[in-house]
Parts: sequence; C-alpha cells; structure tokens
Amino acid sequence: MTHVAAPLPDGLSQEQMDAEVAKVQAGTDGAVHPPRGFPPYRSSTLRHPRQPLIPVRDPEAVELSGPAFGLTDVTALDRDLTRQHAGEPLGERITVTGRVTDRQGRPIRRQLVELWQANASGRYAHQLDQHPAPLDPNFTGFGRCLTDDEGRYSFTTIKPGAYPWRNHVNAWRPAHLHFSLFGTAFTQRLVTQMYFPGDPLFAHDPVLQSVTDPAARARLVAAYDHGLSVPEWSLGYRWDIVLDGPSATLFEEDR
Amino acid sequence: MSLVPTPSQTVGPFYGYALPFPGGAEVAPVGHPDLITVHGYVYDGAGQPVPDALLETWQPAPDGSRGGAPGSMRRDPVTGRIVGRDGVTFTGFGRIATDADGHYAVRTLPPGGVPYLCVLVFARGLLHHLYTRAYLRAEEDALLSAVPAERRGTLLAVEERPGTYRFDIRLQGPGETVFLDFG
Repeated sequence: MTHVAAPLPDGLSQEQMDAEVAKVQAGTDGAVHPPRGFPPYRSSTLRHPRQPLIPVRDPEAVELSGPAFGLTDVTALDRDLTRQHAGEPLGERITVTGRVTDRQGRPIRRQLVELWQANASGRYAHQLDQHPAPLDPNFTGFGRCLTDDEGRYSFTTIKPGAYPWRNHVNAWRPAHLHFSLFGTAFTQRLVTQMYFPGDPLFAHDPVLQSVTDPAARARLVAAYDHGLSVPEWSLGYRWDIVLDGPSATLFEEDR
Repeated sequence: MSLVPTPSQTVGPFYGYALPFPGGAEVAPVGHPDLITVHGYVYDGAGQPVPDALLETWQPAPDGSRGGAPGSMRRDPVTGRIVGRDGVTFTGFGRIATDADGHYAVRTLPPGGVPYLCVLVFARGLLHHLYTRAYLRAEEDALLSAVPAERRGTLLAVEERPGTYRFDIRLQGPGETVFLDFG
C-alpha cells in the first residue's frame, strides 16, 4: 500500500495552499509526471488508486499498437479556432506550433492533436462553467489537426483568460490550453496542458505544481517565439511535445 | 537519443464540448451480427459514481489485425460536423464520456486473438490517465497470471446475458480496479 494522505479541508487560503504544495514537493524526487494522489489538488483525493500499478512488459500487448486517424477525421478549418463562427472572436490572436516526437526523438507522423480552451475572458463553452465572465458567440474553443511528416502541429486561436475555481479560497488557474495527443501506440496517449511564459499565477496553481520537479514543470510552458509572430496579425508560441511510453517499434529495436 | 517526456495534466471538468464525438461509443459496424456491448459504472474512493470521466477503448479487429483504421470521427465537408463512422469500417477506437450516473456503454466487436479490450480512463481529479483491461473471458495471459488472485476479478467483465458484458471501474478503495504500467 502506498502512503495515504489525509484530505485537505475546505476553505484553505492561498498561503496555506502554497505551504501544502511546498510540503508535498519537498518529499518527492524528479518524477516526470504528477503523482496521481496530490492532496493540494483536492479533486484527486478520491480519484486515484492506492494500490501500485501492475507492470506489463509483454511485447504482445495490444496497447503497443494504437488508433489511426486520417484526412477524413479533420477538416482544413479545424486548426483555426478563430474561424469557426460568423465573426472574429475577442482576444489576442495567437499561433501555437511545435513538434510531437516519441522518447527517441522520432516524429509522430499524421496523428491526431486536439486542443480545447477557455475564451479570452476565461470561460469555457460548457454549461457547467458558471464563472460570471462573458461567453463569446464567436468562440467555441476546440480545434483539431493532424501532425505532418515531421511531427509538426499548428493552431491559430486566441489567448485564453485566467479563471477562478473552487479548489481553495481565491484559487485561479493560469491561462492554459488543453492538449490531447495520440502516438503510434496506445501506451503513448497523453492529455496535458500548455501554459504561457511568465504567468504570475504559476506559483499558486496546484494543477501545474502537481508536476513536482521544476524542470518537468518548465516543459509545460511554451516559448514566445517572435519569428512565429505574423506582422499585423498574431503572436507566436512554440511548444514541443514528447510522448512517454513504449511502442511496438521500440520493442522490435530492443531485440 | 532519449528525450524527457512532457508531463501529464488532468483532462479537467470541461472537455465535454471538445473530446466526446457522435458515435464515439459505436465501434461496431452498423447491424453487425457479432456486436457486443460492454458497459458499467466508474466509481470513486467513496463508492460514488464519477460523472465526469472519459473512457477510451482500443482493440484488435475480429481478424486480429492491430492497425486500426481512420474514420472514427469522419467529417461532413459541407458543414464540418462529425458524421461519425461510415458503418462499414472497423476503426478499433472508442471514446465514451460517463453520463450523470457515472455509466458508460460501448458497442463493439469481439477483439481478435486476445480476450480483452484496452481501456484508458481520464477524469477530473485524475492528474495522469490510467490504463486497465476489460477481459471478456478469464483466459490466462501474461497479465492475468501476474495479478494476485484476489484482485484478478477486477479485470474480468461479467457476461450478464449473451453479448452484454458488465465492467465497472473503481478508481480507489475496496475492489479497486487493477491499473497498468507499460513503462
């Protein structure tokens, strides 16, 4: 059995929460991924297994293969979240691009990348999001694309706003884009969040801080890249993604 | 070369307008005589249903091929809407959000060559997704023989009636589902 931490009470202040985060981080090593049980992210308390995961090192495991997507699953407009309605959405227009590779640095070719996000005011087009910030009739906040032969993806969207959530008193999420990625194997599946450089909310966000290693956290933050900014049009960010997990080809190379 | 992976983050509560797609649970071609239904509930550590979990399933085709096929979220080029699978091709991929009762159901074909469906769990509150398997037959393989006997049952789907299997997922606590690490 792994150690079971007591759930944190309601109504913690930001200072108390920051102290809880520091306490957990001090006791961890340089793990790549967040621990599934991370008491400062209070929703994790009842939603993570306490038994250790069972290792599977079977070269015949079906998970070493994975779903395929193709041109029929996306349209050319899907990568531009600013063109899904009659008018232009409000906010700061941005382009986000980068490469998706596996741990060996090989490009993940022609695979599906999904992105979803809040609007410029920090509100999602989801009826359970009742943050009293305006919805934007010209912005849904969902896009898809396929990577190219170099593993590159690219989206045009607007920069999302920060928003409050109820994890503790005065809890605010830094602006972020949600990403969903497929590799060549089901084991390489990844859902994560991309953040924007220099956000003052980083230190106060238990979701980002759940990645306890500072170097690992830094890999969730995109770089502003002036060369990607388009004159009179948009600001450019670069964010490369490395998928974890083995694939069938890795096993073959090991033999 | 060995690169350091990008960390996982939770899917959060608001993926519902983005990730689920029409026909995501309808993996089997329309009217296929071998259709099976796998369904169940996702529970948290207090035994409460989880209404904001997202499950994905992956499996070989009935002939055992593992290449999958595009077209799970086929699009209408006129409106851009998802029109779903073409009713013929078996893509092997399912995506199903749990409903307000924490229930899911996927209709698919029996996997070829192996006794299980691969199941991936995302949820609000889950910082890193979890893998498990729904075994349709209690057929010993590399995994089942490695799992302690008292936990093996959490991987076994129960055939409630011919072609309908019940597979519940317990994220924590008594009867906690066996989750997998592929390294």
